[in-house]
Amino acid sequence: MKFPDLSMSNPVRLRDLIRQIRSAKTAAEERAVVQKECAYIRDSFRDEDNTWRCRNVAKLLYMSLLGYPAHFGQLECLKLIASTRFTDKRIGYLGAMLLLDERQDIHVLITNSLKNDLNHSNQYIAGLALCALGTICSPEMSRDLGGEVEKLMKSSNPYLKKKAVLCTVRIIRKVPEQFDVFQNSVRSLLSEKNHGVLLSAITLITEMCEQNHQALQVFRKLVPNLVRILKNLIMSGYSPEHDVSGISDPFLQVRLLRLMRILGRNDIEASEIMNDILAQVSTNTENTKNVGNAILYETVLTIMNIKSESGLRVLAVNILGRFLLNNDKNIRYVALNTLLHVVQADHSAVQRHRATVVECLKDADVSIKRRAMELCFALINSNNIRTMINEMLTFLGTCEQEFKADCTSNMFLAMDRFSPSKRWHVDQMIKVLTTAGNSVRDDIVSSLIGIISSSPDLHGYTAQQLYKFIRDDITQQPLVQVASWTLGEFGDLFVSGQYQHTEDEENIQVTEGEIVNVLEKILNWSLSTVITREYAINALMKLSTRFPSCSDQIQSVMTVYACNMNLELQTRAVEYTSLFTKHNSIRSSIVERMPVLMNNQPSTTNNEEQTYEQEDSSSITGINSHITSDIKNEPVEDLFKILDEPSSTNTGNEFNTENNLFDLLNSNNQQSISIPNPLDDIFGNDLLKNQSIIINGKTSSIPSMTAIDKNGLRIIFQFERQDNILFIHLHATNSTKIPITNFVFKAAVPKTFNLELLPPTSTIIPSNNSGDLRQTIKILNSNKDKLRMRIKLNYLYNNSSISDEAELNTFPEQCYN
Amino acid sequence: MIKAILVFNTRGQPRAIRFFESCSTELQQKLIRESYQIISKRDINACNFVEYNDNKLIYRQYATLYFVFVIDSSESEYDIYELIHIFVQCLDQYFENVCELDLIFHSDKVNHILNEFFMGGFIVERSPDLILNDIRTQIRLERQDSGVLKQMGSKIKSVVDTKTEKMKLDVEKKFDIKL
Repeated sequence: MKFPDLSMSNPVRLRDLIRQIRSAKTAAEERAVVQKECAYIRDSFRDEDNTWRCRNVAKLLYMSLLGYPAHFGQLECLKLIASTRFTDKRIGYLGAMLLLDERQDIHVLITNSLKNDLNHSNQYIAGLALCALGTICSPEMSRDLGGEVEKLMKSSNPYLKKKAVLCTVRIIRKVPEQFDVFQNSVRSLLSEKNHGVLLSAITLITEMCEQNHQALQVFRKLVPNLVRILKNLIMSGYSPEHDVSGISDPFLQVRLLRLMRILGRNDIEASEIMNDILAQVSTNTENTKNVGNAILYETVLTIMNIKSESGLRVLAVNILGRFLLNNDKNIRYVALNTLLHVVQADHSAVQRHRATVVECLKDADVSIKRRAMELCFALINSNNIRTMINEMLTFLGTCEQEFKADCTSNMFLAMDRFSPSKRWHVDQMIKVLTTAGNSVRDDIVSSLIGIISSSPDLHGYTAQQLYKFIRDDITQQPLVQVASWTLGEFGDLFVSGQYQHTEDEENIQVTEGEIVNVLEKILNWSLSTVITREYAINALMKLSTRFPSCSDQIQSVMTVYACNMNLELQTRAVEYTSLFTKHNSIRSSIVERMPVLMNNQPSTTNNEEQTYEQEDSSSITGINSHITSDIKNEPVEDLFKILDEPSSTNTGNEFNTENNLFDLLNSNNQQSISIPNPLDDIFGNDLLKNQSIIINGKTSSIPSMTAIDKNGLRIIFQFERQDNILFIHLHATNSTKIPITNFVFKAAVPKTFNLELLPPTSTIIPSNNSGDLRQTIKILNSNKDKLRMRIKLNYLYNNSSISDEAELNTFPEQCYN
Repeated sequence: MIKAILVFNTRGQPRAIRFFESCSTELQQKLIRESYQIISKRDINACNFVEYNDNKLIYRQYATLYFVFVIDSSESEYDIYELIHIFVQCLDQYFENVCELDLIFHSDKVNHILNEFFMGGFIVERSPDLILNDIRTQIRLERQDSGVLKQMGSKIKSVVDTKTEKMKLDVEKKFDIKL
């Protein structure tokens, strides 16, 4: 641009400024140049000089690209937009797009200029206005200018049309209510010939459908039109303006496929119409070029997400399999990603490609490795568990640190579900612990302990295996933790040789002293974590009764640790010391072997809770020695005491304190696993979530329940509910000939509830149903948990005392929901 | 939608940036730095899609420049991968064997081409020929703009000249003198 030389010193041209900045040798020099120029520009803006404004703003935009603040140019952009010259407008709109956004107050000032320019006769100026509007508009601007944009959408000029359509996309995002305004004009857009307009129209429809359910219904009727457009694209011959590497307008094809996916989801009718065209696209598109692969990928995604027929699905999985064999990394990534979504829906089809997926584990690329790992875990089943776990172990040995925690957790879960035998399970888990080192999560440790505990025939064997590892190396904390626990519980079995020996491995003989020494070493080693040491000190305590010869050595260790700086260790040591001295008589009963945990459910959380319960009972007695005297009392009191015990126990910091002591049928708290729920559809929507739960408020219309009906004694519960408080009125009747006397009713509930027993009307239940006994129970259920109750009845009948228990699980839902 | 388009060289210096979501200058520069760090470490043979927070970075390297598109989950990675190539082809056609220097010295023109390609994070037009046609027409308009002033000036001048000439002749005739 040549301007007449009017002023004394012209501002530097953009090109020269760029040269100056580039020739600066240091960052400080560059900053100096930029600041000088900024100061000059600021002065020139103040002088309101029209001729050079355009050039100055261009320079300012360049400097903002480099990261320097340029907000003082915003007002100048507005002035440029208001000018009549095309060059000014162009730079002005560019500046507005780059420098302004909704957060600035100035930007509403553009609205007026935009309005004028939208109606300008020059299509490029109108185009500029649309571009700016589409980039920075705010909800207010959308409302003001929506009408103008709609007018332009109907214009005959394709250049303006496509820009107007895209502008609408942004308007709809900002102000979803405007959908009604634009809805009607959209339909006619689909019959356009111009591909640019078609592309924008498809984008607009996609956006509308994603936002608005009602739009989905409206546009489903257009599916035949979409199919027709796609067909024309594929069947039409070579057209130079749309061709990319031999395929006709691949972008439009991809967008059409995506829109069909959205429309066909969960709708059988629409999906049926699409079946043919999808099959055609899959078979006709050549997959040697990148664009062809892009279309095939989109087709596969569409097929898997709509209600397509099974033949089509098989075709899709085959295409994905072919992708996996491709050398191009991008395609493999994309294929692995899709297979992960597919695997829940179509497990057997994906199994065929298992070998290839396992190969991908060895790839150097991190993204591919991650996808391959997740997919491998999804493919494990009872047939291939052994080989797969071997592969995963190899992978674990060589993978990056970020993968190890997830990998170990998933391996544990897989083995939990599918392992052929307990012994194999334990063996593999020990291998996992030794390979993964310190990146194993804490809950795996406790779950493994649960598994070891629940298989009695493996106790001695496990102790031996673990001992072999830790006598040489005590650096891997999870392994050491499991080993300490095992040796503490089952060390005596190991020493006495009472376990199943293996033929092929060396069977070592150890003395009691050696085991105690190892545990002491762990305890004393400064690099053991506090948790490991807690495990070790517990184990030593248990061994004090199992290995009587080492009892003195252990006692001296405890005395030493009674002065330890760590509060936790010190507390334990002090209590254990007191067990040696003051309460020596009960020491053996306290640390005797835990009962074997019978593993009913294959979930890891189950093991945690059981272990917690058992650990709790052994260490609670350590804390509150008064409970030990209660053990001699009636067991029913124990039930109350343990239930009412606050959960602040020593082992709380190792295990999940939210666990319910009362019963093992707790709600599952799932670990962070990427194995998807088989009931989810591809996009992770839980199909079961759509149940509505009827909430009963204060009404007393809850049906009553028979709690117990045995030997003539019948107790009926009637319910009354006020929000979270449930009143249970019990009526006890006696249908026998002999009255019941000294009737005492006791109840226990899970810890999350608060129970209050009000005094009964009497303790005598007359015979022959001639009278009844009433008592009210008040239960506070703040968590809205499922109500369960264990009741115990004690009474005198016919001069003999009878005691009866029952567990009640079948409370009506309205009691607690 | 496309969240941002970044073009920077192998040393991390930005050559062209466009953000389709409003964010402050500090955030913009931070994104550029972080993308550079992630991408420069990747192997030549690694796949071109990287996960970054909730978004994906799709990148391609051409000579000394990285072209990075930051997209969210609603776009297809493969689609965008192809789009980057189309965009670079367009730049190539416009600048004739484009190199980094072209992007440096003509950053405003690059911005104009970007405007024609993308709007609000969506693709407007994907045929390079059509876009280049539009760009060239707009440049012609600009040139005309600056040419218009000259034309107007000369027109005025000629009108004034003829008028003064006429007046001169009239006065000469009236007063029968020579001016």
